[in-house]
Amino acid sequence: MPAVAEPELEPGAEAQLETQLEAQFEATIGRKDRIEPRDWMPEAYRRTLVRQVAQHAHSEIIGMQPEGAWIGRAPSLRRKAILLAKVQDEAGHGLYLYSAAETLGVSRQELTEMLISGRQKYSSIFNYPTLSYADMGTIGWLVDGAAICNQVPLCRTSFGPYGRAMIRICKEESFHQRQGYELLMTMMRGTDEQRAMVQESVDRFWWPSLMMFGPPDDESPNTARSMAWGVKTHTNDELRQRFVDMTVPQAKALGVTLPDPGLVWNEERGAHDFGQPDWDEFWEVVKGNGPCNAQRVAHRKKAWDDGAWVREAALAFAAGDCRDTSGDTSGDTSGETSNETRTV
Amino acid sequence: MPDVRTHEPDDHDNAYAGLLVNDTHWAFGTDFEDPLAGVDTTVPDGVDPATLAAYCLMLGDDALVLSQRLAEWCSNAPDLEEDIALSNIALDLLGQARLLLARAAAADGSQVPALPDGSPVPDEDRLAFFRDAPQFRNVRLVEVPGGDFAQTVVRILLFSSWRLALLDRLTRSRDGVLAAVAAKAVKELTYHRDFAGRWFLTLARGTDESRRRLVAGLDALWPLWSELFETHDVERAAARSGIGVDPADVAADVEAVLDQVLAASGVDRPAVAPLAAVQGDGAAQPAHGRKGRDGGHTEALGALLAEMQVVARAHPGGQW
Repeated sequence: MPAVAEPELEPGAEAQLETQLEAQFEATIGRKDRIEPRDWMPEAYRRTLVRQVAQHAHSEIIGMQPEGAWIGRAPSLRRKAILLAKVQDEAGHGLYLYSAAETLGVSRQELTEMLISGRQKYSSIFNYPTLSYADMGTIGWLVDGAAICNQVPLCRTSFGPYGRAMIRICKEESFHQRQGYELLMTMMRGTDEQRAMVQESVDRFWWPSLMMFGPPDDESPNTARSMAWGVKTHTNDELRQRFVDMTVPQAKALGVTLPDPGLVWNEERGAHDFGQPDWDEFWEVVKGNGPCNAQRVAHRKKAWDDGAWVREAALAFAAGDCRDTSGDTSGDTSGETSNETRTV
Repeated sequence: MPDVRTHEPDDHDNAYAGLLVNDTHWAFGTDFEDPLAGVDTTVPDGVDPATLAAYCLMLGDDALVLSQRLAEWCSNAPDLEEDIALSNIALDLLGQARLLLARAAAADGSQVPALPDGSPVPDEDRLAFFRDAPQFRNVRLVEVPGGDFAQTVVRILLFSSWRLALLDRLTRSRDGVLAAVAAKAVKELTYHRDFAGRWFLTLARGTDESRRRLVAGLDALWPLWSELFETHDVERAAARSGIGVDPADVAADVEAVLDQVLAASGVDRPAVAPLAAVQGDGAAQPAHGRKGRDGGHTEALGALLAEMQVVARAHPGGQW
């Protein structure tokens, strides 16, 4: 099933109208104004957005798993509450983003089915395992930190519902990032074993975090067009550099080493030089061969399949309720009445 | 409301701004460690501190263990709305547990497990993570494995109907801390009961499959229902000294609520016998055998605690 219906175009007048609409669209983008769901937009723009917003929504939902796995084992009641609330926020982010995608004419159910059939992707970072409680801190600090670097510019993205969702999401993400960093700080003040746990976790997540910005600019086929449309506002390499420059002083304050011998300050550039992640590993994980790809999708599919009878029951109950109620209203069973009843 | 299109979130551009500054903007800074900070925890006149602590552990353990069970739904629920709702209920109960365990520790420190000298583990965490199953005082309803969504709905309905009635009366406790905890919890439990009641009705009147599962879930949990209204000696003493509630006193109210939900749903009360008490082998065991409040539990609690406590116990000197 295609994500978006193909437009029915006829040559002639239709084409002329489209040229005008396209000019208006470009002018809106040029003013850095928002495109809203009711506005005309090029089909390729709609497709790009559905792909990006859906991928983002899926990332939030799949991202619940690596952290969710540790809720049961959180080592203090306070940390359990923080972690559970954080994972719950991720479900909320998924909800906003699926709603933003729905304004582009694709349903949450269709998107979920594309996720569990492997036709749509999610952020590859979630295909790495969480192996210690320190990972709950490292994910907050590095993974959410990298996500924020990627996402803050999206608050100004050209599509209104996506940009507005991102404003709220970024606020919550920066809260999560702070909580993660605070966990690591606390653990570093603890025992030797805890400090070793933090370092080991940072060693594992550093390179995958750098990969979160995507392939180098010269290997990123969609970047140029996404930037021209204002969907994307910075290149992958620009954001990666920003992330490294911001992270280095934080690592120092924390007392951990970032596992890159090539990481040095370059006075001339006014920025850090740093090594490249293993891009072969990146593409392997993207292709589905990462440590947890199969497990993450299977988990999501199981939850979706196991919940089918509940969703069916809710629909049947809503429909049944409707019938019962309209039966009471002197035989008026018009569609309008039914719809009103359903919203009660 | 400002026009969002002109919103320029430059102030959020730097994800790391202020990360090291312990400003008051954040709810979870490095402070906020003591859940009862600034609260007067003096035990009221004429109240036995050990009874108060044991009573708080009962109510706290109920909330803690059910919270642990409900959190198992996280990322596994039928849809995102239910995932969020179940996490919400788990979080509310976790918050109640944290306050109640902290109250227990403040009332009678001798019930708090000892850890090596200098351990920074706070009292409420020592109680949660360093007691073994026989020391837990929760009713058995909260510890049995979760089952499907229908059984989860049944458990939340049974538990929250009972606990709401208990804590509603507990708002008049002579212990100011318990009264305050109860006042907060009553609002939360009202929502939990509403969530479960709506889903109970929905599943009962949804499809044949959902009704079948709902009735099966009710049958599965019913043997653990009557235990909730049996009065333990600690509860009797707590009620007598005006700090606690005798669960037998709320039975009629709770059964009336449940009957209302069952009637609206067209579901009969199950004809299933209560789960028997089990006699222990010590002279100190009550003659009638042990149930949850006596530390007599099902096999499931040990496994639940093994998961819950594994990280904390590996680091008795750790701080989190």
